[in-house]
Amino acid sequence: MPKPFTPKVVTANALLEGDVIYQTATGWTRDLAEAEVLTDEADAELRLIDAMQQQDKVVGAYLADMKIDGGRPRPTHFREDFRATGPSNYTHGKQERI
Amino acid sequence: MYSYTEFDEQFLAERNAQFRAQVERRIDGSLTEDEFKPLRLMNGLYLQLHAYMLRVAIPYGTLSSRQMRKLADIAERWDRGYGHFTTRQNIQYNWPELRDVPDMLDALAEVNLHAIQTSGNTIRNVTADHFAGAAADEVADPRPVAELIRQWSTDHPEFQFLPRKFKIAVTGAEADRAVIKAHDIGLRIVERDGEIGYEVVVGGGLGRTPMIGKVLNDFVSQDDLLPYLEAIVSVYNLLGRRDNKYKARIKITVHENGIDDIRARVEERFALIRPRFTGVDQQMLARIEADFAAPAFKSAPTAPYDRAREQYPAFRAWADTNLAAHRNPDYAIVTISLKAHGKTPGDATAAQMRLMADLAKRYGHDELRISHEQNVILPHVHKGDLPSVYSALQAEGLGTANVGLISDIIACPGMDYCALATARSIPIAQDIATRFDELKLEHDVGPLKIKISGCINACGHHHVGHIGILGLDRAGVENYQITLGGDGTETATIGERAGPGFSADDIVPAVERLVMAYLDRREDREETFLQTYRRLGLAPFKAALYPQDQADAA
Repeated sequence: MPKPFTPKVVTANALLEGDVIYQTATGWTRDLAEAEVLTDEADAELRLIDAMQQQDKVVGAYLADMKIDGGRPRPTHFREDFRATGPSNYTHGKQERI
Repeated sequence: MYSYTEFDEQFLAERNAQFRAQVERRIDGSLTEDEFKPLRLMNGLYLQLHAYMLRVAIPYGTLSSRQMRKLADIAERWDRGYGHFTTRQNIQYNWPELRDVPDMLDALAEVNLHAIQTSGNTIRNVTADHFAGAAADEVADPRPVAELIRQWSTDHPEFQFLPRKFKIAVTGAEADRAVIKAHDIGLRIVERDGEIGYEVVVGGGLGRTPMIGKVLNDFVSQDDLLPYLEAIVSVYNLLGRRDNKYKARIKITVHENGIDDIRARVEERFALIRPRFTGVDQQMLARIEADFAAPAFKSAPTAPYDRAREQYPAFRAWADTNLAAHRNPDYAIVTISLKAHGKTPGDATAAQMRLMADLAKRYGHDELRISHEQNVILPHVHKGDLPSVYSALQAEGLGTANVGLISDIIACPGMDYCALATARSIPIAQDIATRFDELKLEHDVGPLKIKISGCINACGHHHVGHIGILGLDRAGVENYQITLGGDGTETATIGERAGPGFSADDIVPAVERLVMAYLDRREDREETFLQTYRRLGLAPFKAALYPQDQADAA
């Protein structure tokens, strides 16, 4: 039996700043809470292809696993947690704005 | 110190102009990321977890005060006001924006620095003993030959696409402070019948398959060295595996083919290319050696040092741990700890960099070094000036007296920054240092090297830590494996894995149990952790790490 498809978001780094970004229905956001959650496998593949074609904006797009918590995407793996907040030794990166 | 010739300056200016145009073409969409990535990597620009990272080479870890000041300016103007010194004697900026990088490279070029070959499958920055030119136990200063190798290997047309990256380290002393046995090639300057030559060690490396290098040749004369190195890298270039990234380093080539086979191939290649080296390299070496002439050491009373030792216990503690013997008995080598308890190992703020530059200018014959242990060294300080140096360092948070002790931890950036990491390293280092500072035990424990890597690639040298810690991802949770008994010096040893790993919460108590086991079992204060480990073996330390196993067996 194939594994059931789990929720995902498309994520990448911004070309100019290198900052972590997430795909929305209409573009990109720096905030995971605003990311478009993909629950259908075929749809997710298409959204990823769309992201990978945006060479002038983004680098290294991929699908990241999420769980839905209070209607918002939350990372299932600690690596994505760190990407969504920033390093733990300084208040740099995304957590500066939180 | 070596200063760029017109040729060096022109080469770098052209290269920076090329990269500027490449960045512009990436931004305007003419280059795809697949096309741009190898170009940016050739110029030291990585894309990490949260941002780009620029890795700047510090050749053989040597800097002038002017260069250090420029590193501070760059940190302030284009980064977040700090830089991270690495285990390869480099500095990394963690937050540059793509558009700014060409300007950063131009600023570096103003002080003869660059980021070329700090990535990619090329010969990387040549590293050296950070006490070079100052150590009391040195046969010769390794930096002139390191500079010669830098010039030979930079943009070497044959070696831009090796099977994998290639690292060379040089030491001029019997005591190995440059971890030469864990490098692709390690060179040790030796003297035989009054002639200077090189012992050539090959095939060392850490990472997934840690190996101690083997002696390929116990004496290569000075004028044979470059053709001999070229022969080694040529043999590796042809023979090294390109089918499997994990088997591509020369350590695997040596392991699979045997050192005798490699030696025979190198000899054959050497015989072929030796005639092409007509002696120009030796003329260049002679000129470079003049650039590294010893400073004019001053004669002055050392009494202020003796008085300060007697009067100030804090100064005495710092002097006991952070000073090393200089070849001039009136001088000392000062190691400035970038390991203040609870701070990030290897990080320095722009203000700290400026202070270190000022101290080098005023008291240190204008020289600074970066050690692979992520500290900064003032190699030539007159003993009479040490009290002034110490109080200036203290004022800027740089007076920590812990060099060589348990809180002087090497840690890679780990998953706080690195895209390859499987777990974090920095918070573990911070927690261990903070804990042992609370216990006020580290001076009693004495020399103990903890080295932490956040993945199997071992940038944190965990295999050669007396206590090595490797961060892994076990089923989606950070997990830390301990190795014991590693040693990165002339008696190099790969540490032994102690057993199952520990969670992030359990790793600090586990290290504490190890240290307590050592204190219980050492013969006296003179017996170091490593000596006790070598005498007793793994068993008592394993018992301390896994008390539950003992209870279950009982």
